[in-house]
Amino acid sequence: MAVLSMAGEAVAPVGLMGRPVYELRGVSKTFTRRNVQALDKVDLVLREGTFSSIIGPSGCGKSTLLKIMAGLLPPSSGSVVLEGKPVMGPRRDIGMMFQQATLFPWRTTIENIVLPIEIRDGKAAARTKHDQARQLLDLVGLRGFESVYPSELSGGMAQRAAICRMLITEPAVLLLDEPFSALDELSRDFMNMELQRICLERNATSCLVTHSIPEAVILSDVVYVMSSRPGRFVEAITVDLPRPRTLDMMSDPRFGALVHRIRSHLDKGAFQ
Amino acid sequence: MTQAQVVASAIPEQTIWKEHVSWIDRVPRWVSMLALLIGFLVVWQFVYILELISPIILPSPIETIEDLYVVGKNLLTGDYMLMALWITTQEVLLGFMIAVVLGFGLGTLVGETAFGEKAVMPYLVAINTMPKVAFAPLFVSWLGFGIASKVALAAFIAFFPVIVGTAAGLHAADQNARMLFKTMGASRWQTLVQLKLPIGMPHFFSGLKNAAVLVVVGAVVGEFLGGGKGFGELIRVAAAQLNTPRVFSLIIYLSLLGLAMFWAVAWAQRRFVFWHKESVTEETLAQ
Repeated sequence: MAVLSMAGEAVAPVGLMGRPVYELRGVSKTFTRRNVQALDKVDLVLREGTFSSIIGPSGCGKSTLLKIMAGLLPPSSGSVVLEGKPVMGPRRDIGMMFQQATLFPWRTTIENIVLPIEIRDGKAAARTKHDQARQLLDLVGLRGFESVYPSELSGGMAQRAAICRMLITEPAVLLLDEPFSALDELSRDFMNMELQRICLERNATSCLVTHSIPEAVILSDVVYVMSSRPGRFVEAITVDLPRPRTLDMMSDPRFGALVHRIRSHLDKGAFQ
Repeated sequence: MTQAQVVASAIPEQTIWKEHVSWIDRVPRWVSMLALLIGFLVVWQFVYILELISPIILPSPIETIEDLYVVGKNLLTGDYMLMALWITTQEVLLGFMIAVVLGFGLGTLVGETAFGEKAVMPYLVAINTMPKVAFAPLFVSWLGFGIASKVALAAFIAFFPVIVGTAAGLHAADQNARMLFKTMGASRWQTLVQLKLPIGMPHFFSGLKNAAVLVVVGAVVGEFLGGGKGFGELIRVAAAQLNTPRVFSLIIYLSLLGLAMFWAVAWAQRRFVFWHKESVTEETLAQ
């Protein structure tokens, strides 16, 4: 898992030259029961240590694409390959996060975090991961909350605990399905910066699905703009803002130009 | 200038005011409960004094309270009434256990498998719509006049809410939670044990609370229709002798058994579903 080695090594300029981690070729999806074509042929390569976003109007199939990548849904055609091995179901080198934190109220925070280990390797293995879970809680700023029940956590804290749960299995890639869209604007900006810090620190390969243009731009190296149904990529926009990004960059003219460019694509799609 | 000063001074320093709360909303719970009880007893006494209802069928509250004392003494001295209560308690406890085991098993079958939901559930619904008490004579002819036929009727009357509670609980996990378990590669068994059963506990317990009340109904009806030596039989005999104060006091003691069952379930719920806030408020209401 070189990907997750605590990055002292070259984190810096994330060129788009990294080793390909995720490779999608001609992935399409048709829901036969409803006879809906959700995805047209999609090609996508995620490179090591890069952050990519998929943005598009509601119902364009971006979440479907993420589920196919995660091995939660089979594609109707095409191939999905992660680290050289085809994705044929859920895999432990994939970490996933959803809009809802979904912590279980009968487990303490730390028990929630080690749940993926408990499911895969049993209770004993989960206990050995408690130290690592505490380190992760430190990483997301939740030190001291390990034995607290989720009902005592705020929405933002719960999402941070969910980040820890995603990271505990040391996944090679992070798939994020609008992870902070249920949070208020202020917490959301803050969490996005936290997410960037965590991804940079771990040199993680990440893919975010969102419908917030500024969020996509501030976080990503590449933003893939998706058309409405059937979803396909209209353009891949490289974001050349320097890392680490700050919220101040949102007032940068370059940022504005990128947002404008993406918005023009989405507007066109909306009125077709 | 002067105008501005006038405007400024026209604003009072403080505008504190009290929200009106009616006195009836401020009375403590125990006072309201006691007041209602006393009011009820007074009305009852008046009905008795004015002979609005024949005293043969409606005793006075004082007679009833006197008989409560007699029956209470009999129970405490371990006389025949205690034996009767013990028999009914056994029926209730055994009936409850059978209802829980059967209800949980069938509820899991219905809630977890497509076969259960599609094939078993319609039959269970059909059985539930039957007047279950009508099966009492059948249980007597199958299981005799002893305790077994009462246990069977008690379990039969009480098991359906447990099925519904269990099955509803197994459906309580939302899409997000299921998806999360899928991403973790959880097996069906793990998803059942680690996700669906715990998340369904509040539903399961509301089924148990219904069952705890119904199981007493089943046991007493079973005794009415199938004889035996339980508390229901004492009530039946007292009623046949037109000893209405006795009937009333026996019913009051019997209701303590129902309350004890309900409280036991509520206690278990608070103990095992500590994380569910609603169950805690329900619990405080029950006390």
